[in-house]
Amino acid sequence: MSSPVLPRGSAKLGLTVNAWLIYLFFYAPILLLVVFSFSADKNVGRWGGFTFDWYREFGQNDGVQSALGVSIRVALVSTLVAVVLGTMAALSLERFTFRGKKVFDALLYLPIIIPDVTMAVMMLLFFAQFFDLLDAWFGLSLSKGFGSIVISHIAFSISFVSVVVRARLAGMDDTLEEASMDLYASRWQAFRYVTLPLIFPGVAGGALLALTLSLDDVVITQFVAGPGSTTLPVFVFSLIRRGVTPLINAVSVIMLAISIVLVALSLFADRSKRASAKVSN
Amino acid sequence: MTVRPTADFDTAIDAAVSIGRITKKFGDVVAVDNISLDIVDGEFFALLGPSGCGKTTTLRMIAGLEFPTEGSLKIFGEEVGMLPPNKRPVNTVFQNYALFPHMSVIQNVGFGLKMNGVAKSEVADRAAEALEMVRLGGLANRRPSQLSGGQQQRVALARALVNRPKVLLLDEPLGALDLKLRQEMQEELKGLQRELGITFVFVTHDQEEALTMSDRIGIMHEGKLLQVGSPEQIYEKPSNRFVADFIGNTNLLEGTVQDAETVCLANGARISVASDHPAGTAVAVSLRPERAVIGKHESSGNGQTSVNGVIRSVTYLGNAVVYQVELDWMTLEAREENRTSVTRREPGQRVSISWNPQDVAVVAE
Repeated sequence: MSSPVLPRGSAKLGLTVNAWLIYLFFYAPILLLVVFSFSADKNVGRWGGFTFDWYREFGQNDGVQSALGVSIRVALVSTLVAVVLGTMAALSLERFTFRGKKVFDALLYLPIIIPDVTMAVMMLLFFAQFFDLLDAWFGLSLSKGFGSIVISHIAFSISFVSVVVRARLAGMDDTLEEASMDLYASRWQAFRYVTLPLIFPGVAGGALLALTLSLDDVVITQFVAGPGSTTLPVFVFSLIRRGVTPLINAVSVIMLAISIVLVALSLFADRSKRASAKVSN
Repeated sequence: MTVRPTADFDTAIDAAVSIGRITKKFGDVVAVDNISLDIVDGEFFALLGPSGCGKTTTLRMIAGLEFPTEGSLKIFGEEVGMLPPNKRPVNTVFQNYALFPHMSVIQNVGFGLKMNGVAKSEVADRAAEALEMVRLGGLANRRPSQLSGGQQQRVALARALVNRPKVLLLDEPLGALDLKLRQEMQEELKGLQRELGITFVFVTHDQEEALTMSDRIGIMHEGKLLQVGSPEQIYEKPSNRFVADFIGNTNLLEGTVQDAETVCLANGARISVASDHPAGTAVAVSLRPERAVIGKHESSGNGQTSVNGVIRSVTYLGNAVVYQVELDWMTLEAREENRTSVTRREPGQRVSISWNPQDVAVVAE
C-alpha cells in the first residue's frame, strides 16, 4: 500500500474548514440538547439557570419510569429471540442448500427495505385480524401490549441480525467445520466449539444492532402498543403533544447516552472481529 | 508387498480401506466412476492424478465428508459408507491444514480427544506428546497464525495422529510448502508412517512425491482408477497411454500391434516388443528418455530396437543432458547422465537411438 498523500496549502485549509463545519453540524444540536437539559426555565429553549430538576423528575415520574422499564424489557427479549432466529437463518442460508432457498433469502431482506410506516400498518392489521381469529375460534380475548410490541420488534430485527451474521459466516473457512467433524465433533459440537466462537463478533454486532433498533423505534411501536405498555421513545413523542418541558431534554440525553454506550460496544466488537479475522488469515 | 489390483467386494477383512464399486455424482457430473480398490493395512498409499480426476472426492468419501452415490466402503471390514465423519476411525490432514484460528496449538491438537470424551488430564498429556512427536513442543501456546507454513502442517499432522486413527488421510498436505521444506516433510511423513504403522492414504497431483513416498500408487483420471501398483510397476509397466504420459517423461512412438512380439511403427519400421494386445490395436510404444541410448549413426539401423535421427537441440541440466532427436516422423527426447565418460553430442549430429527390449512398454488408449 502506498502512503497517503497529505493535502497542502489551500487544499489543506479548505478540507480543515470543511471538517470543522461538518462536525459542528453534527454535534451542535447534541450539545444544545445537553446544555438545555440542565436549564431551570420551564420553556424548552430558554436558559433559566443551572438545575438537576429535570433529571430528578426523570427519576420520579412514573410515566417515564414505566416507559423506560417497558423499553428495556422489550429490547432485551426481542434481541434475544431475534439473535437466535437470525443466526439460525444465516446459518441455513450460508451452509445448506434447500428448496426455495432463493425465495427465502429474498423474503428475509424485505423488512429492511419496507418503510417503517408500512411495516407498522401491516403489524397493526395483522394483530387485529389475529386477535379476532383467536377470539372467534378459542374464545381468547387478547389485546395489544407488551407481547405485540416484542413480536413486532423481533420481526424487523431478524433481518438485520442475519445480514450481519451472514457476512461473518461468508468470511469463515467452512473446512474448519469439516475438520472439527473429522475430529469426532457432532454437528452441535462443531457449532458450539468452532462455528459459534468464530462468528461470535458477528452475532454480538447483530445483537447490538437489534438492541439499538428496538430501543429507538417509535413508528412501529406506536401502532402496536396498547394501554399501559408504552416504550420510552413513544412516551417522549406523546410528551411533545401534551406540551413540552425540559423533561424531554433530560429523557433525550439519557437515551442518547444509552445509544452511545451501545455504539461504542458495537465498535469494540467490530474491532475484535477484525483482529480475529486477521488471525484466521 | 501385496499387490491387489481390485477389491473382492465383500471380503478382504485385512484391508484397511476397501472400496467396492463406488460412484459419486454431483448432479449430472460423475466425479468418481465405479472405483474398486483395497488399501492394505499399514501401507502408504497414494492417489495420484491431475486436478479434477476425482482423487480428493475419493478421499473425502473415506473421511465421510462426502457420501457415495453407489457402492460400498469398508474400513477394517466394517461398512462405513453412510456414516458421518465423526463416527469413523479415520482422521484427515487437510490441504490448507484447517487449523482452528481461535484456539492455541495445544487446544487444536487436543480437540479430537476432547470431542471423544477423553479425560482432561489425559488430553493434555497426549496432546503434548503428539506435539513432541512433530518437534513443536515449545510452541504449544501459540496461535496457528503465529506459525510458519511448515509448522502449521506439523500441527495438523499432530492433531490427526493424536487420535490414533486406523487410517490417516492426507489431502495434498505438502502442496503449500516450498520445495526444500516439502522434501523435508516427505522424509518426515514417511518416517512417521513407518514408525506408527498406520495406514496412510495420500492424495497428490505431484508424481514425484507419489513415487518417492508410497508403497503403492493408484492413478486416477476423469473419475476412473486406471492403474494400481508399486511405483516401479507404475513407472516401468504403465497399463495405458495416460499413465505412461502422466508419470515421468516419456516418448510415445505411435504404431499398431502386428503380433505378440512386434509393433509396426507409424513410419513402417517393425520393432520387437512384447505386448498382449490383439493384432491391429492402435498402440504407442513408451520409451523413457533415460532409457534411450544414443549411439553412432548406423547406415541402416537394425530397425528392431533402434531408430536413426538428427540431434536438434541440447539442453544442459547440470546433472544430466537432454537431447531432442529429430526422426523423420517425430521428435524423441533422450537423456544422458552428466558423467565425464559420456561424450557430449552437438546439434546437427546424426545419431541412432536404441533401447533394450525390456525397457519399453506397449500402451493402448
